[in-house]
Amino acid sequence: MTTTLTKPPADAVPEPPKRLRRPKSARAGGQMHAGPLAYVILALFTIGSLGPLVWTAIAASRDTNRLAQSPPPFWFGSNLFHNLDVAWTEANLGEAFVNTTFVAGVSAVTVVFLSTLAGFAFAKLRFKGRGALMLIVVGTMMVPPQLSVIPLYMMVAKLDWTDQLQAVIFPSLVSAFGVFFMRQYLIQALPDELIEAARVDGASSWRVIWHVVFPAARPAMAVLGMLVFVQTWNDFLWPFLVLTQTGNPTVQVAVAGLGRGFTPDQSLIMAGALLGTLPLLFVFALFGKQIVGGIMQGAVKG
Amino acid sequence: MATRHDTAAPPTEEGGAAPGRPPAAVPDEKEQRRRNRMSRRWQRDIRWSPYAFVSPFFLLFVAFGLFPLIYTGWASLHTVELTAPTDMQWAGLRNYTRIFDDDFFWNAAKNTLTIGIISTVPQLLMAMGLAHILNYRLRGSIFYRVMMLAPYATSIASASLVFVLLFGRDYGMINWALHAIGFDKIDWQNDKWPSQIAVSTIVIWRWTGYNALIYLAAMQAIPHDLYESAALDGANRWQQFFHVTLPSLRPTILFTVVVSTIGASQVFGEPLLFDANKGASGGAEHQFQTLGLYLYEQGWVNQHLGRASAIAWTMFLILIVIGIVNYVISRRLRASS
Repeated sequence: MTTTLTKPPADAVPEPPKRLRRPKSARAGGQMHAGPLAYVILALFTIGSLGPLVWTAIAASRDTNRLAQSPPPFWFGSNLFHNLDVAWTEANLGEAFVNTTFVAGVSAVTVVFLSTLAGFAFAKLRFKGRGALMLIVVGTMMVPPQLSVIPLYMMVAKLDWTDQLQAVIFPSLVSAFGVFFMRQYLIQALPDELIEAARVDGASSWRVIWHVVFPAARPAMAVLGMLVFVQTWNDFLWPFLVLTQTGNPTVQVAVAGLGRGFTPDQSLIMAGALLGTLPLLFVFALFGKQIVGGIMQGAVKG
Repeated sequence: MATRHDTAAPPTEEGGAAPGRPPAAVPDEKEQRRRNRMSRRWQRDIRWSPYAFVSPFFLLFVAFGLFPLIYTGWASLHTVELTAPTDMQWAGLRNYTRIFDDDFFWNAAKNTLTIGIISTVPQLLMAMGLAHILNYRLRGSIFYRVMMLAPYATSIASASLVFVLLFGRDYGMINWALHAIGFDKIDWQNDKWPSQIAVSTIVIWRWTGYNALIYLAAMQAIPHDLYESAALDGANRWQQFFHVTLPSLRPTILFTVVVSTIGASQVFGEPLLFDANKGASGGAEHQFQTLGLYLYEQGWVNQHLGRASAIAWTMFLILIVIGIVNYVISRRLRASS
C-alpha cells in the first residue's frame, strides 16, 4: 500500500531561483498598471451596466403620469413602496416568488448532483464510448432548447401538466453545460492519486463519489448551482408557453404579464421589473466574486 | 487479470485489485471463493459504474432534449393544431412550402440576421476592449468585474420592459439625451432600423460583460514570456495586442462567436416585449419580428403547431450549416498557426 501512496517527488525539487526583475517597459498584459484613461472607460461601462437598473428603481418610485413627461425623472420620488405593494398583489408576485424559488432550487440541486456524477465519470474514469458520449454532450450544448419546444408542449398537454410546475422543472434538468463545467473542473482539481488511494483502501465507486469527489468538487458545485439558479430564475420562453398568469406563474411570466395590460401603468411595470430582478442582484452582491470566478474558470478550456 | 483499476495509476507490486486482502500466506478454499466473489463484484463496479454515473444525464437528455428535437421533425410533416396537439394528420412537405411562400418568414429570417449582426458584432468588440482593460493591474478589479456582470443577472423580461421606457419616443431618456445634444427624436418602436437597433441594445447590454469575462479568462492564460519576448523585440502595446493577444485568443473568439450566433438565432423575449401591444408580430409592420417570434406566432397565435415545427427544423438546419462552417474555419485556423 505504501508504494502507491508515496507522494510524487515534486516537493523535493528545490524552488527555482526567483526571476530577476525586468525593467518596467518589458512588462505587458496583466502586469501593467492601468492608466487614468482605463479608469474613465471602466467608469463609463459601469454606468452603462448599472444605469438601467438604477433607473428602474427611479421610475418605480414615481407615478405613471410623471413618466409621461419630459425630461424623464433623474432622482427618486416617494411612490416606491406603494408601487411595489400594488405590483406585488396585481401580478400575483408572492405566489410567483415561491414558485420560481422552488423551480430554480430543485433544478439547481438536481443539475449539480447529476453533473458532478457525469462530470467525474468523464474526467477520471475510463470506459468504452467515453469520447463519443462526451462529443454528444458538447454537441448538445450547441442545440438551443427553443427547437424542442413544440413536442415538449405536446407532451405537457398530453400529461395534463399545463400550469403545473413540473412542466417547467423537468426540461430544465438537462444541462450539458453543467456536465462540461464539472468535467473541466475535476480534471485539474481532483488528483488521480486521491482516487487511487481510496481504491486501494477498498472503496467502491459510490464511496469514492461521496468521500473523495464531492468534497473536492464543492467549490465548483456551488458556482454551478448559482449559475443554474440564475438561469432557471430568468428563463422566459418555456415558462411563458406552459404557465399562465393565473395558474402558477414564475416571476418572469408574472412580470411580463404586467407589461401586457391594455392601459399599462408604467411605474407599476417598473416596480414589477425591479422586484423580479432584486433577488438575483442580491445574490450577485453576496457571491459576485465567486460567480465571476466560476464563469472565468468554465471559460478557459471552452 | 488486469482490472481496469490499474489503468489510472501504476499497479501495485502484485497487481492486486482486490480490496481488504488479508496477509494470509495460504488461503483455504472458502476464503479463496470469498475473495473471487469480492473481486468479481469489484470488477463489475469498476466496469459499470461509469455508465451509472453518466446515465441520469443521458436519460433526461433523451427524454427532454433528443426525442423532442427529432419529434419536431416528424411533427413538421403533419398538420397539428394547438387545440388538439395529439391529433396529427400527414401533410408531407406542405408545411415547408407554406412557410417558404410566406413573405413574413423571409422577413423574419432577414430580421434575425440583421439583429444578429447588430447585436453580436459591437457586443464582442466591446467585450474584447473591456477585457483588455480589465486585464491591467487595477484597483478594485473584482468590483468592476461584478459590475459588468450585473446585467447578466437581470432577466430578459425585466430588461426589456425597462428598455421600452428608455427608448420611448416622447418621454424616453434616450430621445431626451439625443434632443439635448441637438438631434431629432427617433421613433424607436415603429421605424425599422431604429427598432432593430433598440432590440439589439437589450441583447448587447445583457451579454457584453459576460463575454468580457470569458475573454479576460483567456487573456490571463496567455504566458507572460510571449509578451516579454515581444517587448524585447521592440513591440509597443498595440503591436503586442495585435500580434500576441489576438492570435492567442483565436479559439476563445471562435467559441464566443458560435455561442453568440446561436443565441442571436433564438432571440425571442426582447422583441416580444419591446412592443407589448403588438406582441408576436414584432411591431406594427413586423419590422423587428425574429424567427423565434415568427415560430411563436405560427404555433401559438395562429395555432398551427405543424407549421411552427417546420420553422423550428429550418432553424435547426441553419444552425447545422453554421456549425459546419465554424468547424471548417477552426480547422483552417489550426492548420495555419
